[in-house]
Formats: sequence, C-alpha cells, structure tokens
Amino acid sequence: MTFRAKHLLGIEHLAPDEITTLLDLADQYVDLNRRDVKHSDTLAGLTQINMFFENSTRTQASFEIAGKRLGADVMNMAMQASSVKKGETLIDTALTLNAMHPDLLVVRHPHSGAVDLLAQKVNCAVLNAGDGRHEHPTQALLDALTIRRAKGRLHRLSIAICGDIAHSRVARSNILLLGKMENRVRLIGPPTLMPSGMEEFGVEVFEDMRKGLKDVEVVMMLRLQKERMDGGFIPSEREYYHRYGLDPEKLSYAKSDAIIMHPGPMNRGVEIDGVLADDINRSVIQEQVEMGVAVRMAAMELLVRTRREAAQEQGVMV
Amino acid sequence: MADLLLTNARLIDPEAGTLTLGALLVKDGRINEILTQDVDLNDKRFPAGNRVDCGGKCLAPGIVDIGVKVCEPGERHKESFRTAGLAAAAGGVTTMVTRPDTIPTVDTPETLEFTKRRGAEMAPVRIAPMASLTKDRAGREMVEMGFLMDAGAVAFSDGDNVVTDNKVLSRAMTYARGLGALVMGHPQDPGLSKGSAVTSGKFASLRALPAVSPMAERMGLERDLALVEMTGVRYHADQISTAVALPVLERAKAAGLDVTAGVSIHHLTLNDLDVGDYRTFFKVKPPLRSEDDRVAMVEAVASGLIDIICSMHTPQDEESKRLPYEEAASGAVALETLLPAAMRLLHVGAIDLPTLWRALSLNPAKRLGLEGGRLSVGAPADLVLFDPDAPFVMDRETLRSKSKNTPFDGQRMQGRVLRTFVGGTEVYARA
Repeated sequence: MTFRAKHLLGIEHLAPDEITTLLDLADQYVDLNRRDVKHSDTLAGLTQINMFFENSTRTQASFEIAGKRLGADVMNMAMQASSVKKGETLIDTALTLNAMHPDLLVVRHPHSGAVDLLAQKVNCAVLNAGDGRHEHPTQALLDALTIRRAKGRLHRLSIAICGDIAHSRVARSNILLLGKMENRVRLIGPPTLMPSGMEEFGVEVFEDMRKGLKDVEVVMMLRLQKERMDGGFIPSEREYYHRYGLDPEKLSYAKSDAIIMHPGPMNRGVEIDGVLADDINRSVIQEQVEMGVAVRMAAMELLVRTRREAAQEQGVMV
Repeated sequence: MADLLLTNARLIDPEAGTLTLGALLVKDGRINEILTQDVDLNDKRFPAGNRVDCGGKCLAPGIVDIGVKVCEPGERHKESFRTAGLAAAAGGVTTMVTRPDTIPTVDTPETLEFTKRRGAEMAPVRIAPMASLTKDRAGREMVEMGFLMDAGAVAFSDGDNVVTDNKVLSRAMTYARGLGALVMGHPQDPGLSKGSAVTSGKFASLRALPAVSPMAERMGLERDLALVEMTGVRYHADQISTAVALPVLERAKAAGLDVTAGVSIHHLTLNDLDVGDYRTFFKVKPPLRSEDDRVAMVEAVASGLIDIICSMHTPQDEESKRLPYEEAASGAVALETLLPAAMRLLHVGAIDLPTLWRALSLNPAKRLGLEGGRLSVGAPADLVLFDPDAPFVMDRETLRSKSKNTPFDGQRMQGRVLRTFVGGTEVYARA
C-alpha cells in the first residue's frame, strides 16, 4: 500500500507508485461495478459533500454514484445558486461546511488554485473535481486506467493530446500524469490555444495535426469551448474542424490500432467526426466514463484509509 | 533644537559614492559638519551630552520612497498616515512620496491639502504627495495641475490606471511640460495585460493562471516615450521589471529625453516561482518576473540605467488576499522590509552601499526636487542608522503597518534599522 496523499488536489503532488496503487484498486472496482449488486460498505457512515461552483453533469454524477456505491452519505450542493451569490467568500463557505463534519469534500471551482486554497482551511479530505484551467486529477486517472486496460501498459506509449490545451485542465493533468509514468506526450493545436513554455514540460508541440499524429498509439481529443470559437482564438468552427478535427483521414497517420479518447461532452463535427467517435473498434470514450466511477471510488477509499491510519497513529478513531 | 553629534559611524555618501568612518554634527535640523575619524571630539564646538555612538554601523541619508500607498482617505482599515508613518520610520524611510490612488482620488488641491495635513499631524516622517494626472484617474480630463503644484504636489500619476487615450495623455503631458511638472507613468499595454495575474512562461502554464507577456511592459514604455519625445515633458516610469524594456529606456536616455525609471524592491529580490502554490502575498503589479529578468533589473540598478528603487508599499487586508489567486488583490506592504530586502543585493555582492543609496535616496530626492537624499553640509538631517549584517527571521505580525501582507513572512533576512532621524529629531530607535 503506497498512497500517502491527504487530499487529491492534482497529479502534480502524486508519485508514480501512488498512481499505480490507485489504478490497481480502481481495477477491482471496475469488476464490482459490473455486478448486479454494486455495493460496498467501505465508506459507510461517512459524509461526502459535492460542492460544484461551476456547472457539471457528468463529473458530479460520477462522484455521486462512486460515493453511494461505497456506502457514503452523499450530498450535492449547487454552489452557483447559494450563498456565494450572497457575497460569502470561498473560505467562509468552506468553514461553514467544515463545521458540519464532512469526511470527503469534492470541489469544482472556476478559478485555478481555488481548491488548494479551500483544502488549507478544512479538516476533511478534499478531492479536486476541476479548478479553473489548472488540474482535473480524476479525469487524468480515469484516462490512465482506460489506456492501461486498452493497451496493457501505461509506459513507453506515444500519446497525442489535441485541441485547446491552453484552457484545459484535463490536458494539464494528463501531461503531468503521462509524463510521470514515462510516456512520450505530443501536444497538437493552433498556437493561440497552446500555453507558452510547454516544451519545458518534456513534451513535443505540433501545429500540424498530421505530423503530430504520426505513429501515435493513443489520440486524446479535447473539447473546444463554444466561447473560444468567436474569432478570438480561432477564426471559425469550420476552419478549426478542417485543420484540427479528428476524421478518418487524419487518424490514418496514427498507428492502425490507436485508440481514440475524449473527456466529453463532445462537439461532434467540431473537434471530432461523429462516426469516428462511435466506432467501437477505435473509440474508448464510453469506457472512459465507466472508468471514471471506478477511479473516483478508489481515490475516495484511499484518502479515507490515509486519514484512518493517521488517526490511529494519534490514538483517535474516525 | 539641541545640537546632536553622531560619532563612530560608517558614513554612506551617495553623491560622492563613498563609505568612510567618521562623525556627523547636526545643528538646527541640518547637517552642520562632517568629521573624519582624526578630529578631536572633545572640542568645545561639539555638544557634550547629546551624542550617539553609532558603534561602527552605517549612517546614511534617509530613504525617499516614491509610490507609497497610505490608503487614507478611504481605506483607513488597511493603513493610515499614523501606521504608515511609524512603519516608514522603522524602515529608515524619511520621506514618503504618497500615491494618489486613494478613495477619493487625490485630484484636487483640497484633497491634496487633506493628505498633507493628515501626514503632518500623524506621521513622524516627511510626506511628499503626488496627485493624479487625470480627474478620478479616469483618463479623460486633466487635473488642475497648476493649483496642485502650488499646493505641493511633487508629481502627477494615474498609478496603474494607464491612460489609454493618446490624445488625452499627450495634452496632459504638454500642459505638464509648460509647468515643469513631473509625470509618472505605469508602462504596461492595457490590452495585452488585461485580466492577467502572472507573467507568461512555464510557471504560468503549470499553475494555469492568466498571464501577460513581458512585451506588454515594453509596448507601454515605447508608447509613453514617444509622447515624451513629442511633448518634451519630464517623465518617470514607476516600475521597469523586464529585460525587454531596458534597451528602450537606454535609447531614450541616450537621445537626451528627460526620463528616469524606477523598480520595486520585490522585482529585485523575488521571481515568479516564488508564487509557489498560489501564495497571494506574492501577487504584485506588475507581476513577478522570471529570474533572468530579476538579474537584469539588479544589473540595471548597479549600472544606473534604472535610477530609483521604491517599495511600492501597497497595504491589503486579509480579506482581499484570502481569495483564489486570480481574484485576490495585488500589492505588498514594504516600508519596513525595503531596507533589509535591499541588503540581499549587498550581501550577494551585486550592488555596493553607496550605489544602493543613490537609488534609494539621492536619485528620488533629486528627481522630485526635494532637499533630502544627501549626506552633505546644509542638507536636512534626515538620517538612518542601520546594521547591514544583523540577521533576523521576518514575522509579519511584528510589522507596524495595519496590513501585514508581506511576501517576506518567515524568511531569513539581514539588515536592521537601529535609529531614524527626521530633521535631526529621532523618530525611531530600535528597542
């Protein structure tokens, strides 16, 4: 058992052996989730609060199901409609919830670093469900599990991440995770959507998608936010699809058994061809969603275990 | 006022560029005589009682700090003339050149008189107020520069509200030229820097914060200097912090424009990596730069290309800083940490003491037409006695400022102010 983190704030703070531990445990939960009775008592009696300061359907549902399958009492708080609107600061909101003694806090926030800030002020384990453009660690972990199961390994793979890298927390967490596990990462996108200094992260940067996809084994597409398409970052939706949308012709440059991934929700016909996305021989997009629940179950269980061990050392039970 | 004799001091003379052992006689609030070590101090012309043995420590002209935000009027919960003045005295700052970006803006003779009066009543150090360049710092109409100068405004600045309308700025500069007024600009292209919290680069990409290219500073400076060349105004760039802006500054000076430039102590001693895990006390304006930029700024101060070091003292309360990095307020308090932070540049061998004091004291006084900043006979006895080597660990709760937002909290520093004098009167003595 090698998992030491007290919070899951980002991939940046995880060591490779911690990532492997988490993925191994998640593998077991994939089996549980495929049974008729999908229930465990690992988190029985614990309280999980999902605080989403930004809209989410998929991630919030995934965290909710993960918590419920482990027996936790799960509560969802739509923070956009609550006291935040009344001018309460993030820290006051955190302290208020902390006083209700939750055990797990799942947080999504539109500002980079906001979840780190919140974690400093509460006693429970905090899981980052996405902070601004910064990190989305459970997404990177579920991507890693999907790749490991499809390719049989999670090292020495050639992986391309394509699209709006600059505004993507999914891209950042994946770059860090795939780098830590010793893969070759390529970033593909127009220069206006590429953050500066990326070469220093040990990745290769491509503007030409065909060159970037040459012989890769995994193609990871990113969602292009509608508000970026107005001519500020790219001239138009149709030019973007022409140059950076994944279609069979561009995919032919990748290895013949390359898998296609997308964190969802997809814009069919903007960043990915609709038929390709549904191709069961290439696309693992539905598996990603399935792995998401398992990875989140594993992450919550490991964080609770770390807390219990720490509490036992101090002679206190939680 | 009784005469005062300061003996056994290492005298820093930024004008002569010297560091010598000696003594100083103060009469009527002014430096009366500078004495070498071999002078007989038992002579009758020296006071017998009122003497301070400086113990071989450094005695220098007090710091003249351009760009101090006092927060009064308007935000006295963050800082007042009393607390800022006490912090200044404890930091060896004998003249605070105050910023006009208060609530309301210092843009009329009446508000300027208020700051002068409050400063004189409450602060133990001198106040030299600046006024805004345009009304309410809105960048539309120029202020009553003539009246404001009569009332004592030493310079005109809209702070970090860059005047975007070139016509407005060129007219304000032309009018200022006619009065011989100094205009202080904040070189930053407002479009390019809009919404940014950090400097672009690897760190900004890792932390995923909105970033601005260092080029925005050069663009802002080039725009300002083109208008300076056009109007002939006296101009000071409040903060230069990037290497790409230096050649532009150098060319303007070589062309004979009446231009000076400043840099904040934070851009000389910290870099963008110090932000670490979103530590908002390191959020300043302009944002902290790369290590290469920091080193270039230190070299530019040493060579004299950058004329002035300032604290950019900007108090912010806990509530404005305990927010996600993008939303948190910019600025750091620095009146008390300016001198010890500057000593870092001495201890790494980058800049010697007379050169440092040229930038901290002599140049700002000269630029603003103030008497201080000199260690010469006849100059006001605004003095700081300090030990450049004394080590300590910075504890922000010990600061005299009402706001405690210092990036140096918990850091090891060297350099302690022992005594501060304003006009020959002791305003601070270390317990």
